Amino acid sequence: MRLRGLYLLTLLLVALPFIFPDNYYVTVVGVTAAVHAILAMSLNLLMGYAGQISLGHAAFFGMGAYASALLTTRWDWPPLLAMLFGLIFTAVVAYLISRPILRLKGHYLAMATLGFGIIVNIILVQAGEYTGGPDGLSDIPVLALFGWEIDSDLRWYGVMMAAVLLVLWLNLNLIHSRMGRALRALHTSEFAAETMGINTTATKSTIFVTSAVIAAAAGSLFAHQQSFVSPGSFSFFFSIELVTMVVLGGLASTYGAIFGAIVITFLPELLVVFEDYEVMIFGAILMLTMIFLPQGIYVVVEQRLLRWWQKCWLQSGESGGAT
Amino acid sequence: MALLEVRGLSKAFGGVTAISNLSFRVDSGVVYAVIGPNGAGKTTLFNMLSGIYQADSGEIHFKQQRITALAPYQIAKAGISRTFQNLQIFFNMSVHENVLVGCHLRTASGVVEAMLRLSRVRKEERQVHYWADESLEFCGLSAYRNEAADALPYGVLKRLEIARALAVEPQLLMMDEPAAGLNDTESVEMIHLIRRIRDRGTTVLLVEHNMDLIMNVSDRLLVLDYGSRLAEGSCEEIQQNPKVIAAYLGGEVRTGV
Repeated sequence: MRLRGLYLLTLLLVALPFIFPDNYYVTVVGVTAAVHAILAMSLNLLMGYAGQISLGHAAFFGMGAYASALLTTRWDWPPLLAMLFGLIFTAVVAYLISRPILRLKGHYLAMATLGFGIIVNIILVQAGEYTGGPDGLSDIPVLALFGWEIDSDLRWYGVMMAAVLLVLWLNLNLIHSRMGRALRALHTSEFAAETMGINTTATKSTIFVTSAVIAAAAGSLFAHQQSFVSPGSFSFFFSIELVTMVVLGGLASTYGAIFGAIVITFLPELLVVFEDYEVMIFGAILMLTMIFLPQGIYVVVEQRLLRWWQKCWLQSGESGGAT
Repeated sequence: MALLEVRGLSKAFGGVTAISNLSFRVDSGVVYAVIGPNGAGKTTLFNMLSGIYQADSGEIHFKQQRITALAPYQIAKAGISRTFQNLQIFFNMSVHENVLVGCHLRTASGVVEAMLRLSRVRKEERQVHYWADESLEFCGLSAYRNEAADALPYGVLKRLEIARALAVEPQLLMMDEPAAGLNDTESVEMIHLIRRIRDRGTTVLLVEHNMDLIMNVSDRLLVLDYGSRLAEGSCEEIQQNPKVIAAYLGGEVRTGV
C-alpha cells in the first residue's frame, strides 16, 4: 500500500527504453529529469514536509558535483571514494550552517539560504586555481561500479533511474516514520511539537543535513554523467528552478516533487523557441501555481482522480448489491 | 508526596508582572485546578511549567527534580504533557497521525534507521499504532481515526488534543481550558473524561473558567489574582473564602488596586 506508487514507477521506468528504444527524450532528457527528481525530492523533505524554505539548494548539489570532479581529475581519487568524501564534506558543511540558519523563519530563512547559495557559487567561480573558474572542470573519468563502466546513455539511464527509485524508497520510508511525523508536526506547530517531546532544533538540523547529502549524491552522479561541471549549473537560478519543481508538484508530496521535476525538465525541450525567456516562464509558472493551485498540480489532480475513482467504485458497489 | 512543587516563581513582561512570588504544590493522583479572573496569569503559569517561558526567579520541581530551565521537549521527557487553550492541532495530519506524534518519546529510531526501514522501525511502528489506537479509544475518538484533522468540529479537536497529550504517557497532564467553547453535553463528557484520566493514575493540572466543571472534578483549587496566590484549598474552602468571593464578585475593599 505504502509503496504501490514506487512499484508502478519502477514498471514504467523499466518499460520506457523498450517502448522507445534509442529515444533522445528517454535516455538523455530523461536522465536530466532523474537528477532533477532526486533534487526535488530532497528539497521537498526540507521545504514540503518540515516547512523550512531553502533558496540555496543548488549549492549542495554543486558541492557534491565539484567534490567528485576535483578529486578525480586533480588528485586521481577513485570515483566512488571521491563521491563518499563529497557526501561527508557536504554533511559537515550543512550541519555547521544549519544550527545558526535554522533559527530563522520565513523570509529571513529564505534570505540566509539564498546568501549561502550565492556564496558557494562565488567560491566556485573565484577559486579558479582549483575549480577552473567560470570554465569549470572537464574530463571527469567514467564512473564504474564493480568493474562495470557506465559509459553509454542507456547505462546512465539505468543507473539514474535506480537512484531515483532508491531515493523515492528512502523518502517514503522516512515520511511514514517517527521522524517523518516529527517533521510534519513541527511544520504546523513548533510549540505543540516541542511539548510532545520533539527536539525541534535538532530535528530541523537533521533533515537539513539529510536533504543536503541527497542533493550532493545527485551532484556527484551528475558530474560523472556529464563528465564536465561548471558553476552555471549550480547557480541561484537553478535553486529557484528546484523550488518551482517542488511547488508545482505540490508541497509535502513526494510524487508531486517527481512530477514537478519532469514537467520543469521537459518544458524547455518542448518550448525551444522561447529559450531566451526560460527564467521568465519559470517565474510565471511559480507565481501562477502559488495563486491558483497552492496545493500543487499533482496533488490536486491526484485528489480529483481519487474522488472520481471512489465515486465509480461506490456506484458499481451499489448496483452490484441490487442485482 | 508532591509531584509538582513551585517555589517563589516570578515572571514579568516588560514592566507588567504576570506571576509574582508564587508557590504551591500538587500531590500525585489529584485533579488540581488553577482559577482566577482573566489576566490573572494562569496561561503564563502553564507556559512556564511547560518550558515555553523561562522564569525570572523561583524554581519548579517535578518528581524532586529541578526542571526550571529545561526546554519544552525536555520537560515532556520528564513526564509533563499539556493541551492548549487555542488549539495547536497538527492540521496537516489525520487524527491518528496526530496521536502517533504523541508517541514520539516512547520510541527512539532516527533518520537513517527510518529511511532504511530497519527491523526496529517496523517493530516500533506496530507498537505506536497500537498505543495511538488505545489513546483514541480512551478519549472516544476511534470513529474519527482516519479523518483529516482540519475537517473536524471543535469539540472533537479538544478531545484530540487530550488523546495526543495522553499518548506521551505523562505523569502530569496540564489542561488549558478544556471546556472552553464546548456545549453543555460536551462539557459533561469532558468532566467524565477528566475523572477517568485521574482514575488511571495521571495527575491533572487544570485551568478553566467553567465553574461547574471545576467544582465537579477538582480535588484542590488554587486561586490566582494579579499573578499571585489569593487562596488555596478544597472546593468547599474556596467557595467560602471571603477573599475569593471579593475578587470574583467585586468586593468593596480591594487592596493594591
